[in-house]
Amino acid sequence: MTALLGVLVTSSSHPTIPDVGVFAVSAAIVLAGAIGVVVARNPVHSALMLVMTLFGVAVLFVLQQASFLAAVQVIVYAGAIVVLFLFVIMFLGVDKEENVAAEPLRGQRPLAVGLVALGTTGLLLLGQVSRWTTGQPHVAGSDTGAPNVNLIGKSLYTTYLFPFEATSALLIIAVVGAVVLARRPPSATSSSEVEEADAALDAAPDAGSVPGPDRSAADPDRPEAVTTPPGDGTGDAEVDA
Amino acid sequence: MSISPSWYLSLSVVLFAIGALGVLVRRNVLIMFMCVELMLNAANLAFVTFARTLHDIGGQVLVFFVLVVAAAEVVVGLGIVVAIFRRRASTNADDLHLMKG
Repeated sequence: MTALLGVLVTSSSHPTIPDVGVFAVSAAIVLAGAIGVVVARNPVHSALMLVMTLFGVAVLFVLQQASFLAAVQVIVYAGAIVVLFLFVIMFLGVDKEENVAAEPLRGQRPLAVGLVALGTTGLLLLGQVSRWTTGQPHVAGSDTGAPNVNLIGKSLYTTYLFPFEATSALLIIAVVGAVVLARRPPSATSSSEVEEADAALDAAPDAGSVPGPDRSAADPDRPEAVTTPPGDGTGDAEVDA
Repeated sequence: MSISPSWYLSLSVVLFAIGALGVLVRRNVLIMFMCVELMLNAANLAFVTFARTLHDIGGQVLVFFVLVVAAAEVVVGLGIVVAIFRRRASTNADDLHLMKG
């Protein structure tokens, strides 16, 4: 840790010791939380590790004079999104331990680790050999002022007014979508049809080994459904009676 | 003078890599969603760092929009997860092969 601090002190143009300490501690918290999200067996533990990472990122925002975003980060992410995650986890009752060691696809994990490591080292090397930024002049106002809530507000309502209004439409669409998705099917008949379709799909892999012509013979419902004339179906029987 | 931006950007790269690894490796849909949130946070950190480096408040405004889009995405995504769980009683991504021919 002291070597890392020494590198940090010498590489940048004389950062103060408290800055270095806060950065190192919050970066460690961020990385530990992120790794915890990935490796935790219990989804509830993953959600709590996610809270830890989000708080670390909020501290890094404060360290870069983005105090408004730090507050919004804590309120929106830790206060709303993670609570929504926890609500869904406990609502569905999936907060059980999961066997993380089981590997459904052979060779997927080494491949994923290799690809991610390749991409990460590529990005980091690219940052060493080239410039991170293009050096374009800013268009939206300077970030040097201390109370940047004023700057964000002014920019949000002038330069970015149309995207800001578009987010309202996005949120309305998300609310309507969530209501439609969470609604139960309107009638009992349609839900029973859904269950029948699910049962047929569940039985499909068993019949998959049967060749094509024999499969219709193995499933006696399907020829009847095809050859039954309209008006003689089960749904119309009540009407005729 | 504060920390050099390259440290923040390196941290952002590593955080994004961990999130991408989680999406690729984990099979629980909820945890895959959380890893997507990790990647969004890595992007936010890079945005704020560039906003400070370039003295441009637009980066911070973009982080604001990313937060809004993330909230909407989580609401719709969790609605889909609940709807799937109602039919399949599972949050495992490997169980969702209804469209396989």
